[in-house]
Amino acid sequence: MVPSDSKIQFDHQGRLRHFLTINGLPKETLVQILDTAESFISFGQREIRKVPLLRGKTVVNLFFEPSTRTRTTFEIAAKRLSADVINLSAARMSTSKGESILDTARTLEAMHTDLFVVRDSASGASHLIASHLPEHVRVINAGDGRHAHPTQAMLDMFTIRREKGGFEGLKVAIIGDVLHSRVARSQIHALSTLGVDEIRLIGPRTLIPTEVEAMGVNVTSNMAEGLSGIDVVMMLRLQRERMDGQLVPSEQEYFNRYGLTDDKLSYANPDAIVMHPGPINRGLEIASSVADGDRSVILSQVTNGIAVRMSIMAKLMGGQEDP
Amino acid sequence: MNQIPLEPILATMVEDIRALNIDQPLVIGIHTGGAWIATELHKNLETNSLLGTLDISFYRDDFSRVGLNPKVQSSDLPEPVEGRHILLVDDVLHTGRTIRAAMNEIFSFGRPASIKLAVALERPGRELPIAADVIGKTMELEPMQQAKICQTDSGLHFEIVTQTSSSD
Repeated sequence: MVPSDSKIQFDHQGRLRHFLTINGLPKETLVQILDTAESFISFGQREIRKVPLLRGKTVVNLFFEPSTRTRTTFEIAAKRLSADVINLSAARMSTSKGESILDTARTLEAMHTDLFVVRDSASGASHLIASHLPEHVRVINAGDGRHAHPTQAMLDMFTIRREKGGFEGLKVAIIGDVLHSRVARSQIHALSTLGVDEIRLIGPRTLIPTEVEAMGVNVTSNMAEGLSGIDVVMMLRLQRERMDGQLVPSEQEYFNRYGLTDDKLSYANPDAIVMHPGPINRGLEIASSVADGDRSVILSQVTNGIAVRMSIMAKLMGGQEDP
Repeated sequence: MNQIPLEPILATMVEDIRALNIDQPLVIGIHTGGAWIATELHKNLETNSLLGTLDISFYRDDFSRVGLNPKVQSSDLPEPVEGRHILLVDDVLHTGRTIRAAMNEIFSFGRPASIKLAVALERPGRELPIAADVIGKTMELEPMQQAKICQTDSGLHFEIVTQTSSSD
């Protein structure tokens, strides 16, 4: 049930109404989201860290999969926009009593909620909700199965633009478990739309999807070769919970070959930045010395996530009435 | 095309602002036109404080109707507003809604001692109980007309343009 197009994201006037996938979004939309996020960045320093844009609106964080940073930054972002926020996580929800996702969403919509932030282990869950709830309801995909995690990709793009000044001429490496990664899919769509010079995927062949080259990326399983000339290193978490069967030989061997150490990082450009969507498996896909080192922007990614999520929510919720 | 030079307007404003005798005013201009006027006033007022700018997009009251301005700029207040006397500057005062939004935003930075409003051009049509303390020039315009501030080689001036569709 993975959705193949992003048409459902727009209303009949071509305005962005849901944020489900980056695939198919025009470059101007992405740039506009980044620009607006830039002006939200300074809000953390104000006496009152709130703007009244979503006053009187209710945002529901509907998380059918565990999450700390994504759910928390969505909550802070919504509160800084003055929305009321309700958090629902899998453990205490009706789904454990057999109620379907759609029924849960419909029940919450009947309480006059305005925006759903949805995470689910099934690809297409947020798409399903967006296509079945009334028109005034907005849906943001906060990660659906292996399909997409578009707000994570946008905060990554925001971090890259802040650190590197733009996308032109950049060579970006995405390293690790691409096969199970919804983050990687969204990153590839965003990076190609924003026009980087090259995207390289590095990882064991067992963790790289087949025919991924059709997305316009280069693939290698050699870290030295793959990291050469790279400006941005995007690490992925090894998702052991999603693996059935033997996809990696042993954790030690994986770290030896693909774990990002200072030695391996030296193959990249001297001013290359290191990113990771979190949570980090220290000593598995990345060494602590790199994760905590001066080229790591991992904590900036978290901070930037608030401004970017504020920007996306404001984009979806503004200008709802027909002129 | 109807052009109104800005120089005499600024001269009137500077004189009237001086007469207000504000103690160390913090000059804040509203993006974009107001920020240009504020820059000119700031030069002439010989104040020691730094110039501030506000982009009021996040405080507008028509967000749910028209959405967010795609080019929001950062608000930049280089000095704390807490306890300060503020001179708020805009190019045109019309409905008063922009000024309402600007005052809300200023209060999100702290509690100023006072706010005075200086505008280059005042046109009737207030929708809120807001009045300017300093007015460079008053002018009546047709509903579809708009006064836009323009920067050319010869300096700043107002241009009266007729809109094809109405938006504030």
